[in-house]
Amino acid sequence: MTTLLEVIDIRAGYGEADILNGLTLTLSDNEIAVIIGPNGAGKSTLMKAIFGLVSVHGGDIRFAGQVISGRRADQIAKLGLSYVPQERNVFASMTVHENLEMGAYLLRAGLRDHLSRVYDLFPQLQERRNQIAGTLSGGERQMLAMGRALMLDPRLLLLDEPTAALAPRYVAETFERIREIRSQGIGVLMVEQNARQALAVADRGIVLVMGQNRFEDSGPKLLANREIAEMYLGG
Amino acid sequence: MIDFLQLLIYGIVLGSILTLGAIGASLVYGILRFANFAHGDMMTVGAYLALVAVTTTGMSVYVALPFAMIGGAAIAIFFDQIVYKRLRRTVPIILLISSFSTALILRSVTQLIWGPKNQVYEAGISLPYVVGGVRIRPDHVTIFVGSVLLIIAFHLFLKYTMAGKAMRAMSDNVDLARISGVNSERVFLWTWAIGGALAAAAGVFLALDTRLHPEMGWHVLLAVFAAVIVGGIGRPYGAIAGGMIIGVATELSTMVFEPAYKPAVAFALMVIVLVLRPTGVIKGQP
Ligand SMILES: Nc1ncnc2c1ncn2[C@@H]1O[C@H](COP(=O)(O)OP(=O)(O)OP(=O)(O)O)[C@@H](O)[C@H]1O
Ligand SMILES: [Mg+2]
Repeated sequence: MTTLLEVIDIRAGYGEADILNGLTLTLSDNEIAVIIGPNGAGKSTLMKAIFGLVSVHGGDIRFAGQVISGRRADQIAKLGLSYVPQERNVFASMTVHENLEMGAYLLRAGLRDHLSRVYDLFPQLQERRNQIAGTLSGGERQMLAMGRALMLDPRLLLLDEPTAALAPRYVAETFERIREIRSQGIGVLMVEQNARQALAVADRGIVLVMGQNRFEDSGPKLLANREIAEMYLGG
Repeated sequence: MIDFLQLLIYGIVLGSILTLGAIGASLVYGILRFANFAHGDMMTVGAYLALVAVTTTGMSVYVALPFAMIGGAAIAIFFDQIVYKRLRRTVPIILLISSFSTALILRSVTQLIWGPKNQVYEAGISLPYVVGGVRIRPDHVTIFVGSVLLIIAFHLFLKYTMAGKAMRAMSDNVDLARISGVNSERVFLWTWAIGGALAAAAGVFLALDTRLHPEMGWHVLLAVFAAVIVGGIGRPYGAIAGGMIIGVATELSTMVFEPAYKPAVAFALMVIVLVLRPTGVIKGQP
C-alpha cells in the first residue's frame, strides 16, 4: 500500500473566513475512506479544496507525491483524480451520452472502450443514452454523475454524499457499486450521511467537526465506538 | 398581401443579421457571464475590415467576408486578453462596464481611421428580382443564405465537436466542466473567436443591407440584446428564434405604426418577454 492522497494541515474557505482549520488526512490507494460529520462541518468544502475550487490559505495537498494545492481543477483531473460533487453533478442540458463524453474530455482515443465499461457498470444509463440529463430521476442522475467521474479510470474518486437523494433500496446497491469500483483498484474518498452503512464498507472512517478531523479509525471500530455512535450516528 | 410579403422579406433579412449578432452575445453571456456592450461595435469593426479588403485588393465583399470574420475573432480575443482576462473573478457589473469602455474604444478608433461619413462596398444599384410582385434585392438573398450557412456551421460545431461540447458544458455548469478536465481559459478563447467572427459577419451583412457608418453596430445593439432576451439569455439556439422574431416584428410594425417607431418595437418586445416569460420564448433547459 502506498500513500495516494495527503492533506496536511490545510486551512481553506470561501472568501476571508476559513471553514477548514488545520485539517489533516491521508489515504492509501485501494482504500475506501468515509468522512462523516454534522451539517456545515466543512465536508463538501474539503472536497472542493482538494480540487482547487475554493481558496486554500494554508497547508499542503499532495496526490501521488505531487503537490496539487494551487493547481487548476483541469490540471488536477489530468493526474487521475475524479470528483462527484454533492449538488449539480451532471450537465443538466446535455444528454446522458454527452455527459459521459465530457467525463472523457481529456481522453484522446479509445472512447468506446471506456463508454462500454461504464455502461456495463450502470446498464440503465445505456437505455437512456439520448435522454437529457436534467430529465433523469434522482437515482439515475446519481449513476450518471458517478459514470461521468469513472470515464477516465481515475486513481482516486471523491464522492460527496452519493446516496443522499436515493430511495432506500438503491442505497445498498450504490455501496455495492462503490465496493466494485474499489476492487478495480480505485481509491474512494466519500462523504456520507448514511453513516452506518457507509462505515460498514469503509477501511477508514473520519469524523469531521468544525473544520478539523476529530476522530479517525477503521470503519468498524468507529461504528463500535460508543461515544461516536451517540454523538454522530444518532445513538 | 404584397406589402406584407415585402415587409416579411425585409424582416427576415434584418432577423438574419440580428441572429448572427445575438448568437455571439448570448454565447458570451452564457460562458463569460456578462452582457457584452461592445458586441454592436464588434459588428461595426467587422464591416470596416471587409471594406479594407475590398478597397485594397478589389475583391468582392463575399470574398472579403472570411477575412473580416478572422479579423473580428482576433480583435475579440485581443480585448479579452488585455481587458477581461484580468477581471475573471469580479462581479458581472464590472465586466459589463468594462465592455462599455471597449465599445467606446472600438467606435472611436473606427471613426478615427475611416471617418464619420457613410460608405458602401460597391457603388451602384443592382436590380432586384421581381417574384409575383415582390421585389427581392440580390444582396438580401446573399445575407439570408450566408446567415443560414453560418448558423448551420455554428450548430454543427456546437453539437459535434469536443470544443463545442466543452462550450455547452461550461455554460451549463462551470465547476463540473473544470472538474472534467476542461481548461476554461481555452473555452473563453473559443467563445470570443466564434462570437467575434459571427459579429463581424453580422456587421458585413448589415453594411450590405444599409451602408457603413461608425455607429451602425451601436445602433443595433439594443435590437441584438432584445433578440438575446426574447430567445432566453445565455441560450444560443434561442437567439435564432429571438433574432427572427425581433427582425420580422420590427419590419411588420410599419404596417401599423410610423416607421420612426421601428426601434421601439425591439424594446417593447424585450420588456414584454421580461415581464411575461423571463426565461425566453423557447421552452426547455437553459
Ligand atoms: N459557496 C459558499 N459560499 C460561502 N459559504 C459557503 C459556501 N458553501 C458552503 N459554505 C459554508 O461553509 C460551511 C461548510 O459547508 P460545507 O458545504 O462544507 O458543509 P458540509 O459539511 O458539506 O455540510 P452538509 O452535510 O450540509 O453537506 C457552512 O457554514 C456553509 O454555510
Ligand atoms: Mg456537503
